Amino acid sequence: MSLSKIKFDKKIVLSFWIILIALIIAAPTLLPVFRLNLLGRYLSLSIVALGVDLIWGYTGLLSLGQGIFFALGGYCAAMYLQITSSSEFPNNIPEFFALYGVEKLPFFWEPFRSPIFTFLAIWIIPALVAGLIGFLVFRNRIKGVYFSILTQASLLVFFNFFNGQQKLINGTNGLKTDVTQLFGQMVGSESMQRIFFWITAILVIAAWFFAKWVVKGRFGNILIGIRDDEPRVRFTGYNPVIFKTIIFSIAGGLAGISGALYTVQSGIVSPQFMTVPFSIEMVIWVAVGGRGTLLGAILGAVFINYAKSLVSEALPASWMFIQGGLFILVVTALPEGVLGWIQGDGPRNLLQRFGLKRKIETYPSLEVNNKEGNNEK
Amino acid sequence: MKNKDLLNLIDITVSFEGFLALNKLNLNLKKGELRAVIGPNGAGKTTFLDVITGKVKPTKGEVIFKGKSLVGRKEHKIARLGVGRKFQSPRIFENLTVKENLEISVTTPKSPLNLINKSIKDEQLNEIDRLMKIVNLAQKVDSKAGSLSHGQKQWLEIAMLVGQKPDLMLVDEPVAGLTDEETDLTADLLKSFSGENTVVVIDHDMEFIRRLDSNVSVLNQGTVLCEGTMETIQKDKKVIDVYLGRPED
Repeated sequence: MSLSKIKFDKKIVLSFWIILIALIIAAPTLLPVFRLNLLGRYLSLSIVALGVDLIWGYTGLLSLGQGIFFALGGYCAAMYLQITSSSEFPNNIPEFFALYGVEKLPFFWEPFRSPIFTFLAIWIIPALVAGLIGFLVFRNRIKGVYFSILTQASLLVFFNFFNGQQKLINGTNGLKTDVTQLFGQMVGSESMQRIFFWITAILVIAAWFFAKWVVKGRFGNILIGIRDDEPRVRFTGYNPVIFKTIIFSIAGGLAGISGALYTVQSGIVSPQFMTVPFSIEMVIWVAVGGRGTLLGAILGAVFINYAKSLVSEALPASWMFIQGGLFILVVTALPEGVLGWIQGDGPRNLLQRFGLKRKIETYPSLEVNNKEGNNEK
Repeated sequence: MKNKDLLNLIDITVSFEGFLALNKLNLNLKKGELRAVIGPNGAGKTTFLDVITGKVKPTKGEVIFKGKSLVGRKEHKIARLGVGRKFQSPRIFENLTVKENLEISVTTPKSPLNLINKSIKDEQLNEIDRLMKIVNLAQKVDSKAGSLSHGQKQWLEIAMLVGQKPDLMLVDEPVAGLTDEETDLTADLLKSFSGENTVVVIDHDMEFIRRLDSNVSVLNQGTVLCEGTMETIQKDKKVIDVYLGRPED
């Protein structure tokens, strides 16, 4: 049974990869640029979802504040683009500064003149912020629902702070990127968007491999151990604080990359990235796709967002109901998510329920029954 | 004399908002000793383990292990110093396989970098093989620990405890819910660990304790009532009054 299960999983994964690579190669020629751009955005969201899966699906940390790190990555990318495209504006700084009478680039934006610094900052800054928040929270042994509330509160703090800082980051208006230039090309142009799509597709695959590498083996087992029984991990001699901080920091870094890719493809970053519903949606993608499966996070993010755009086009304002319904359906009927359900013999059980497939007595259940019989003696 | 002891508990008092779970408890363990701790419900047996492993900080008193004070140290640091613990109900990682459970316990150093970077050492794999043979789980290597029977879970947790190579093993009710046969095997297993390791067994299954054939400490109301061999304590009047004399429940 375990052997056939492994084969089954492999089949799913392999067919997923074939479909995915075929889609990625075909997408730029098949899809109009508008649709391609949407797909690129949703793929970039799947990177933040991978992070959510690492911290929630594997480690049991339900963060409702991933929007913070997502937005930080977006701001880093957007400010770099604004600065490099500001040569014709007064004082050679981004245009919006002039609106608020700022004449000099705020000092902390100075390093963002460098593309290399920006490239690193996009993931390192969110990872550091996440690591810091995580360390303080985990060190004080704040867990479960208190952790979730705390992350949501942090999100609101960041949201309100970013909203109010006109002179530093253009406040509630956010930073536009579509009319900025990168390597002599307009970021919002078709050819650039096509390139961003490729970059995103490659980074999603890279992020998946990275996440897979993190959770495989003993490190991943400790994460699962922390999720299932943290005190036990502690009494075995491991310090859960360090493990949780590392994984939360990794998820933050992934969120930053995701935010940067999303920003350049949607054309703007604003404090709207840090609204409460958006961070909760990230959790929903993972819950629907399947917690602790990694692949489920990617599929959940892409399909739910695609469904969202299709539904919103056809029936405006109905999406929230559908999304809510989807979440309720998953919580009640598919607690393991769609992929978890498929992997966990869900389809066979369904067929059995309708009498389409004979129930088979599997080897482990036979044995478990025997053992219980022995114990009762 | 003091130096030869592996563990000294000196005047340990634990107060939970006025309720004294432990009251000036004194207990010394020699290296290599097997010690059974018994006592009626609420005598403070589990709190006593919580104090040693760092889960509960004593209100007063001192815990000296290998010459170092354990009071105020974090749980994982105490575990790394060589204190291993088996919990009352089997606490294993049910979503991991038997082998993965044992990997977690035998891995050293227990740092994230070591875990993510390097694959497990050969000698640790050999140790896992050895442990699985000792507790008869060799055929179950790749089964999810959650699918094991209750007795197998207890044994897996004992194997995990041994895999940690602790100098001091604290074993809390290892035979709860086991068959008579399994109980006997467990007693022999624990006896075989003493000598090399120091083992403290907490239980109130009298037959099991008798089979351990060790010194017994009787706890009552948070303090040590009596210490000695099974025969000695069975004759002790105080013990008969509070514990043994009562009709079996």
